[in-house]
Amino acid sequence: MRIGVITFPGTLDDVDAARAVRYAGAEAVSLWHGDHDLQGVDAVVVPGGFSYGDYLRAGAIASLAPIMREVVDGAAKGLPVLGICNGFQILCEADLLPGALTRNEKLHFVCRDQALRVENADTAWTSGYGAGEEIVVPVKNAEGRFVAAPETLAEIEGEGRVAFRYVGGNPNGSTNDIAGVTSANGRVVGLMPHPEHAIDLLTGPSVQGLGLFTSVLAAV
Amino acid sequence: MGPFTLVPVTEFDSRPAVDTVSQAAATPDTVQPWKELGLKEDEYARIREILGRRPTDAELAMYSVMWSEHCSYKSSKVHLAYFGETTTDAMREKMLAGIGENAGVVDIGDGWAVTFKVESHNHPSYVEPYQGAATGVGGIVRDIMAMGARPIAVGDPLRFGPADAPDTARVLPGVVAGVGGYGNSLGLPNVGGEVVFDPSYAGNPLVNALCVGAMRTEDLHLAFASGAGNKIILFGARTGLDGIGGVSVLASETFGESTGRKKLPSVQVGDPFTEKVLIECCLELFHAGLVVGIQDLGGAGLSCATSELAAAGDGGMHIDLDRVPLRAAGMTPAEILSSESQERMCAVVTPENVDAFLAVCAKWDTIATVIGEVTEGERLVIDFHGETVVDVPPRTVAHHGPVYRRPLERGAHQDELARNTPDTLPRPEAPSELRAEILRMAASPNLCSRAWVTDQYDRYVRGNTAAAQPADAGVVRVDEETGRGIAVATDCNARFAALDPYAGAQIALAEAYRNVATSGAVPLAVTNCLNFGSPEDPHVMWQFAQAVRGLADGCAQLGIPVTGGNVSFYNQTGTTAILPTPVVGVLGVIDDVAARIPSGFRNAGDVVVLLGRTHEELGGGEWAHVVHGHLGGTPPTVDLEAERRLAELLAAQSPTGTHDLSDGGLAQALVEASLVGGQGARVTLPGHDPFVALFSESTARVLVTVAPDAADGFLAAAAAAGVPAERLGEVGGSVLEIANVGELPLDELRTAWEGTLPALFDA
Repeated sequence: MRIGVITFPGTLDDVDAARAVRYAGAEAVSLWHGDHDLQGVDAVVVPGGFSYGDYLRAGAIASLAPIMREVVDGAAKGLPVLGICNGFQILCEADLLPGALTRNEKLHFVCRDQALRVENADTAWTSGYGAGEEIVVPVKNAEGRFVAAPETLAEIEGEGRVAFRYVGGNPNGSTNDIAGVTSANGRVVGLMPHPEHAIDLLTGPSVQGLGLFTSVLAAV
Repeated sequence: MGPFTLVPVTEFDSRPAVDTVSQAAATPDTVQPWKELGLKEDEYARIREILGRRPTDAELAMYSVMWSEHCSYKSSKVHLAYFGETTTDAMREKMLAGIGENAGVVDIGDGWAVTFKVESHNHPSYVEPYQGAATGVGGIVRDIMAMGARPIAVGDPLRFGPADAPDTARVLPGVVAGVGGYGNSLGLPNVGGEVVFDPSYAGNPLVNALCVGAMRTEDLHLAFASGAGNKIILFGARTGLDGIGGVSVLASETFGESTGRKKLPSVQVGDPFTEKVLIECCLELFHAGLVVGIQDLGGAGLSCATSELAAAGDGGMHIDLDRVPLRAAGMTPAEILSSESQERMCAVVTPENVDAFLAVCAKWDTIATVIGEVTEGERLVIDFHGETVVDVPPRTVAHHGPVYRRPLERGAHQDELARNTPDTLPRPEAPSELRAEILRMAASPNLCSRAWVTDQYDRYVRGNTAAAQPADAGVVRVDEETGRGIAVATDCNARFAALDPYAGAQIALAEAYRNVATSGAVPLAVTNCLNFGSPEDPHVMWQFAQAVRGLADGCAQLGIPVTGGNVSFYNQTGTTAILPTPVVGVLGVIDDVAARIPSGFRNAGDVVVLLGRTHEELGGGEWAHVVHGHLGGTPPTVDLEAERRLAELLAAQSPTGTHDLSDGGLAQALVEASLVGGQGARVTLPGHDPFVALFSESTARVLVTVAPDAADGFLAAAAAAGVPAERLGEVGGSVLEIANVGELPLDELRTAWEGTLPALFDA
């Protein structure tokens, strides 16, 4: 099982995502933003950071990078893709996921341990959880407020495509407390919180983030 | 127009006239703006004497920035020498690079070396809080990179005026956003720091930035240019008009005076994305063995990098300024040399490695340009448009600046301060009064939760943070295989330093040392950031000299070396100086970060033990400050031998939890241990006077918790080690219950502790 982890210039959590992949028992494969090559990986993680500085809209430039064309093509064929934080923003910009992420309600960066409820445990990245299970993972972002057009929102809520919801306090003003969403086929998942920072009690608030990385092992 | 007049670039419709070396030799009587550039008359005369002619505009710009207080340490040098004099060979044993390098480097074992440093960015942060703080982080990170290390953590000791002052509402949110905006974008965990409020910082906030880096010992890089024919490569961002004159004007003049105001818009603008890429690019260059010497461009820009690299090497240097990639057209040589545009580095590379070097930079889309080479001889020669505009002995620029032995005077008011003891201040007596004062203290700006600030910083990135704020020290894993890591803490109580700068510096050292020890690490090395008023004020100079001696003597007593530091003078508004603020950083090593000691009360049933002895010591303390607005008397007694015994006991006995006693005394330590650890406790206060037990700030004290079956053994070990230890009670429940004082439900404490900063700054 080989899982690709993309590095754009400005990507920060690629080492963490690769570590989480290894903790889950898979091989982490480094993918470079400028390449048109997924190196035959079985799944892809688009990690957090500030790709290309995010001086335009967060994720907007990265969504057009050469490697993302391959990811978009792969996703169309069912390749499991996980976007975390900036990765989520990139997947939204690439139209792999619905909605958009805007400036946090209080307009500043928020880093804290956050409780989430797994709303959909039938995706490639959440099958290891029980529906309704609550987990604690760090959230850290300045532009994490999920928004979507009313009809889009009705659609993702109606189709059960909310993957994770904030519980015990919404850190950024996200609509309907949405922390993460999934594609219609459940293969692409994006979330603002950082499961890769919750895989070891030495360095994180829990080990409950590891489930995303172990879930995908069963999906390919 | 003078060389430092900022003019919109569009006004240059032709190439500006350039002052060349030959022109300077031919026109000795040209009047030069040395005074406006911050030079004294005798300093200007000395430059003429060194060169045997008047300096060119470009040379004058170089000398004026490099001889500024900020770059030359001209007022502090004679005192800083004492650090060297008091460092023994035994203390040097683990030191791989020390004072004078970009940052000190210590050996932490297993082939790992760690470098760390704190630097000030005070004045720019007052003018432009966001960019001032952001570029402060950027600058210290490049210092660490220049040693060959990967930056692994940052931290920020910050000081502001009164928490409720309107200008603090302008400065603090900007500074915090700047620290976070830059550091978060670099992917560096922020693991600690300080937030302190005091009226003395109202017009002069202190923004100090700490960075820690790690490397394999063989990767250590030093800043020098040697080997004639080796190429000088400038890489990173382009050079622009930002930050010109920042060093000489912003960092070396006092606010409130009329001179220099017109240049204040020149605070640098940071681009953290470029710096993040530069970090990865530099590390790839180091690992490929493509770098002979390296230097970051910070204060004084290319003036500093070229003169310091050349001065530290074995030859001269030739630079062609036309090759420097510019951000603006029509820049003069003086502007190019003085620009403090951020995110730039300068490397010395052998000719055969130039192509490989440029290829790595191209991979990271980093602009890299060969701008010159190391030459035979001893001159730094800089050409522009085919003519020589600088021809100087580099050491005269970088190292042979003026040295001042400024007058010192203790000042009569120092005795008045000492006589004004807190002994007669009304004290709470009834249990209800004591209880109310515990809550009031916990909610006060200097003691309340810093979460509003620190939650704007990423503490998780890179997945190696084993402890971060609100822990006493940040703990970061360096080696993922072995778990080897470091702990770092910075501290200073400037009120103690105001009462007695010698003791105050030692208390800062003792507290940082103790904080590192409470995390389970062994203290190894010291850095500092010495923030003071004007060196031209004899009383300030006395404070500075005392603080340096106190710190150096303290380090010698503890057997850990000062590996580097930073001096920031002229922190004052008009004639009123800030409280003397010698911020001390201590770095420790921990063999396996998994063995770190957590902060606070974690396990119900654990025994609570107070280590150390409590005396009635309230002078300069938080209680007198919060309740009475009082500053006077003498600071707590320093006992570094007791600190050392305490640290050794903690390292040997590994309690289940710890919390240092400092600002606010035992009362605050109990509150924080409960809230941070998530468990209440039932305790009985030591001694006969509950007020003194709660609020005295005696040093060398730590609150620890021990498993019930280990308690007797722990107390016996403490006795054997000569550490006073007293069993106070037991962890558990959702209430902090203090015998003869009352019950403090954790919910009530949390509301008090956590509400203050959001109420002030969430407007």
